[in-house]
Amino acid sequence: MNWLRDHVAVPDSETYHQLAADLVKVGLEEEEIHTSQVTGPIVVGYVKELVPEPQKNGKVINWCQVDVGEHNVLDEDGHKVPRGIVCGAPNIKAGEKVVVTLPGAVLPGDFKIEPRKTYGHISNGMCASERELGLGSDHNGIILFSQYGLTQEQYDALEPGQDAMEILGLHEPTLEINITPDRGYAFSYRGVAREFHHSTGAPFTDKALEYAACAEELSASDGSEGSEVQVIIEDTNPIHGVPGCDRYYARTVRGINASAQSSSLVRQRLLRSGMRPLSAAVDVTNYVMLDVGQPLHAYDLDKIEQPIVVRRAVDGEKLTTLDGKEHELVSEDLLITDSPNGEKGSRILGIAGVMGGLYGEVTAETTNVLLEGAHFDPISIARSARRHKIPSEASRRFERGVDTKLQAAAVYEAAEMLTSVCGGLASSYPTDIDATSAPEAITFRTSEVARLTGLDTSAEEIQRILEDVGCTVEAGEAAGDGEVDTFRVTPPTWRPDITEPCDLVEEVARLVGYDQIAVTVPAVPASAAGHSGLTDSQLRRRQVADTLAEYGLTETISYPFVGEEDFKDFALNAEEIIPVSVELENPLAGDRPYLRRDVLLTLMRTVQRNFRRGNLQASSYELGHVFEWDPQAPAIPALPGGVRPSDEELAALDAGLPKQPLHVAAVFTGTVQETGWMGEKRTADWTDAVEAVTRISERLAAHLSLTQVFGEDVPATWHPGRFAYVKVAEGAGDVTVGRVGELHPHVIESLGLPSHTAAFELDLDALFAAVKYQPLQAKPVSTYPPVHQDFAFIVPVEMTSEEMSTVVRKAAGDLLESIDLFDVFVGPGVGLGKKSLAYAVTFRAQDRTLDASDTEAVRAQIIAAAEAVGAVLRA
Amino acid sequence: MAEDIQFDAQAVENAVREGIEKLKTVKTLDELKALRSEYAGGSSVMAQASKAIGALAAERKKEAGKVVGKLRADFGRAFAEHESQIKEALEKAALAAETVDMTQPVKRQPLGARHPLPKLLEDVEDFFVSMGWQIAEGPEVETEWHDFDALNFGPDHPARQMQDTFYIKGNQAKDSAGFVGSNMVMRTHTSPVQARSLLSRGVPLYIACPGRVFRTDELDATHTPVFHQCEALAVDKGLTMADLKGVLDKLAVAMFGPDAKTRLRPSYFPFTEPSAELDLWFPDKKGGPGWIEWGGCGMVNPNVLRSAGIDPEVYSGFAFGVGMERTLLLRHDINDMHDLVEGDVRFSQQFAMGE
Repeated sequence: MNWLRDHVAVPDSETYHQLAADLVKVGLEEEEIHTSQVTGPIVVGYVKELVPEPQKNGKVINWCQVDVGEHNVLDEDGHKVPRGIVCGAPNIKAGEKVVVTLPGAVLPGDFKIEPRKTYGHISNGMCASERELGLGSDHNGIILFSQYGLTQEQYDALEPGQDAMEILGLHEPTLEINITPDRGYAFSYRGVAREFHHSTGAPFTDKALEYAACAEELSASDGSEGSEVQVIIEDTNPIHGVPGCDRYYARTVRGINASAQSSSLVRQRLLRSGMRPLSAAVDVTNYVMLDVGQPLHAYDLDKIEQPIVVRRAVDGEKLTTLDGKEHELVSEDLLITDSPNGEKGSRILGIAGVMGGLYGEVTAETTNVLLEGAHFDPISIARSARRHKIPSEASRRFERGVDTKLQAAAVYEAAEMLTSVCGGLASSYPTDIDATSAPEAITFRTSEVARLTGLDTSAEEIQRILEDVGCTVEAGEAAGDGEVDTFRVTPPTWRPDITEPCDLVEEVARLVGYDQIAVTVPAVPASAAGHSGLTDSQLRRRQVADTLAEYGLTETISYPFVGEEDFKDFALNAEEIIPVSVELENPLAGDRPYLRRDVLLTLMRTVQRNFRRGNLQASSYELGHVFEWDPQAPAIPALPGGVRPSDEELAALDAGLPKQPLHVAAVFTGTVQETGWMGEKRTADWTDAVEAVTRISERLAAHLSLTQVFGEDVPATWHPGRFAYVKVAEGAGDVTVGRVGELHPHVIESLGLPSHTAAFELDLDALFAAVKYQPLQAKPVSTYPPVHQDFAFIVPVEMTSEEMSTVVRKAAGDLLESIDLFDVFVGPGVGLGKKSLAYAVTFRAQDRTLDASDTEAVRAQIIAAAEAVGAVLRA
Repeated sequence: MAEDIQFDAQAVENAVREGIEKLKTVKTLDELKALRSEYAGGSSVMAQASKAIGALAAERKKEAGKVVGKLRADFGRAFAEHESQIKEALEKAALAAETVDMTQPVKRQPLGARHPLPKLLEDVEDFFVSMGWQIAEGPEVETEWHDFDALNFGPDHPARQMQDTFYIKGNQAKDSAGFVGSNMVMRTHTSPVQARSLLSRGVPLYIACPGRVFRTDELDATHTPVFHQCEALAVDKGLTMADLKGVLDKLAVAMFGPDAKTRLRPSYFPFTEPSAELDLWFPDKKGGPGWIEWGGCGMVNPNVLRSAGIDPEVYSGFAFGVGMERTLLLRHDINDMHDLVEGDVRFSQQFAMGE
């Protein structure tokens, strides 16, 4: 918050929660308020005496007497004496001022400081490193205040026993905010300060303008021969015709004290912003980036051979970046290079705006520095960062768009800071190659605010808000009544996201306040396209889901990811199924990289989980999409947004997508009914699955039928004698829409499920497509009496009851009212390879009472038809 | 023969009175029938007397007939009365014997359960259908153009990289940024359905798109890589953010009760401008009512309309999306995402057919 106050007048009374609320109001979302995880006492200590004590393990520990002023301890005689502290840090020396965490202090990770016995001493406190205090990652040694960027006066003023929390910046919380990708400028205190001003009206000063004005005073040259810093920008491969670098500003600072440290304020602010203090020059570039939003780069001037060349890479060039990783460059990567031995651009210093290379960096020996502040094409930076997987602080800002007027100002601020800490002289002859263009003016009808938001904001207020945002607002054409209703609005250079009238509407609306917008509910006009209510498929999907739940199954959902183990468990041939499965490039689990072709595979994992958890009545179902890869599918083209593709292009997009029908699968397993007072225990088998399919069929009036196959014709997942295809009549023939049966005992065994576990899977898209809903044409209800007759046929054992009843149904014709199988018998009296099927058949006529001759006639027809298929009426 | 029988009115009367008295003592229908046969049957005193009447002189016949007729009626009444009493008693006893314990658990056809998530999607669909909107759907494996480009996420848009996208292997083609891929993803949001609907249905358009979406987040207490959204899109002449706020408030009430409402905070999404985060005033929030992040919304970005060939100068629209898992977690006080995604039947069974 203190840093913010450099830019905007934050009231003294502002709390961090209030700050978060103020920023949220204008669109900077609070991520978290980090309160320091450190509680004291943490004080300054002065190392009075130090005795190195080599240990058996080769380590050397130091037995130190540390003066902590009022926190000193009493000796046997009642005198206050320094505390004895054991410290293993290699950099501790007698005479240093250090950070001492005293007993009672708590460090990050709930690390409580207590007196403890170690290496034969009682250590009565701890000398702390940055990492131990949660300040950074440095754990090479403890914090020495002599090397902590304090001025000599500040250092001398440190008293043993003085609270160190404030010096270290541990006393204040930090507010972490989320910056949406359109607001690159808000990645800086300057930007956040402006937003705070918009939210609260607190006076805001744009420091960058002041620095820019100062920089104007310098005599900039164009980088050509004779310039102090020679720069050549040579872009042979611009992306979308946009030059990779449209501004390059460089200024030298000579004669700096290489060993000087950044001030404690700078170190503290960097640490609190999540950056590690390094050398003074690097700290300055980071500080200025955080302060005003311009990423800077500092080079060791003496290592650079001019001219500096900004160019695209040649495919195959290599660069090892600062983080030690080697990257193979491609012709889209924009590079900063120099020219050793006069060979222009032959040595790579870094990937522009992303990360520097190992050569040319500022080191502890650097006395002459080159400060670079450039503006790069956001797309070029974004692609390089993505390609090489280096999302750096600089690239995050460049790819969101950096203020094109900021470069000179930022370098000026950096040079000022650097010389104030390290001495030296900043050159008065910077190089400035500026090819940036001013933002384009937007023609803005003020009525757009009302058209899009319903706000009734006056033109004057709109103008005031847009100017406050930084836009230049000029009157456009006047309407008939003389009132200005069109503005020409030029956005500020730090808002490259503002390009269209709707962007200006958002600025007005968010600063007026979204809470000022009225609340209305639109009525759907009669002209709105399409059906009303749910579609047939949407309704039927609900009917299927409800039917199965009403039948006693529990609905579950599962992830659609499958792998070879699933194929193996289901006896599916991986070599056949993988080529027709959709595969993920980046699966979450490496062993499940494919998308399911059957819901059953993933549903079954859910069932198994239930069994493992002791849920034995785990019969369940799932509705979900499956994915069918077509190896012949054409590749999908890449098309631009913002223009409607042609119908052919749209068709080409869809042509490459896999089929993704909606399926329903259910598993029937384990106990259906426990043994109890109502009866004996019953476990699930194929009948449960078939009945469920029948219920769906009846619920949808789908007239599904089963076609049973046997032995080799049954897919390996299923029981060879207990499996059927589910078919639906479509047009003249039948289409297969699913499978039902018991799973193969081997599959059941590998899944660890109870025997006779049964299942079905239906392709609902295919089913719904086949079932055309026509209003049912009702049959008149006959008031004449029925005639009931029983028929028992001896048939070959392979004949299904469906086949037999179809024969009866056809033969009986219109007189048939119903036919029900009531007995199936195999055994004595029936004959080997035969079975008896007994049907209760009801006849009824629409127009008369059936007499004996009618029933005799129909009976004869049935028996004749049965004999024709090898079925004999049982005597 | 007739003359052998003497008509004795007193004897008949005595016999019938005796029979009526006996009727009162019997307990079973069989005894009752036996009595009837004894006192009113063919060989009973009353029957004999009826026969004897025939032999009487004409002037006595009428008198005797009256006497016997009355006695017969008396006996018949008494018989009927006792018969119905006995039948009633017998029935009562029989029914008492059939007494059951109605509190024994009965599970002839136990009801299963719907999963609350698809059920919630149905509730949300019904909300929109009740306003006259349509429910639109689209593929889960989607082209990058529909998932990103059509929604103003250009190939180099920073937000495109922030979506934690599952990419699909497949036939490789160069994308417009020159990166090689199949141009196919698991859809990262249901917004591509908006693009599809704008293209296929045109305007005016009022649709909601509930569905399943995918991001590469590991499953933990608050994240799941496969989750559900419901997005809504209205494009018409004259729609404003005020309409957006109205529909949001109504949806909040439908989902969270009459005291729920919504609030908008400025934000950014590529496919809307102006954009807003959507907060929900949740009256039943643990620890007291308060605002909770619920989704995102805004006015449809002109580039989205242009991608569908619709003139943004003429038409305007609003869109919003809310997370269905989040809605469920809040509404039902579910503390762990695992319960929602693991398919434990005990979880769904709490909700029966949709609580």
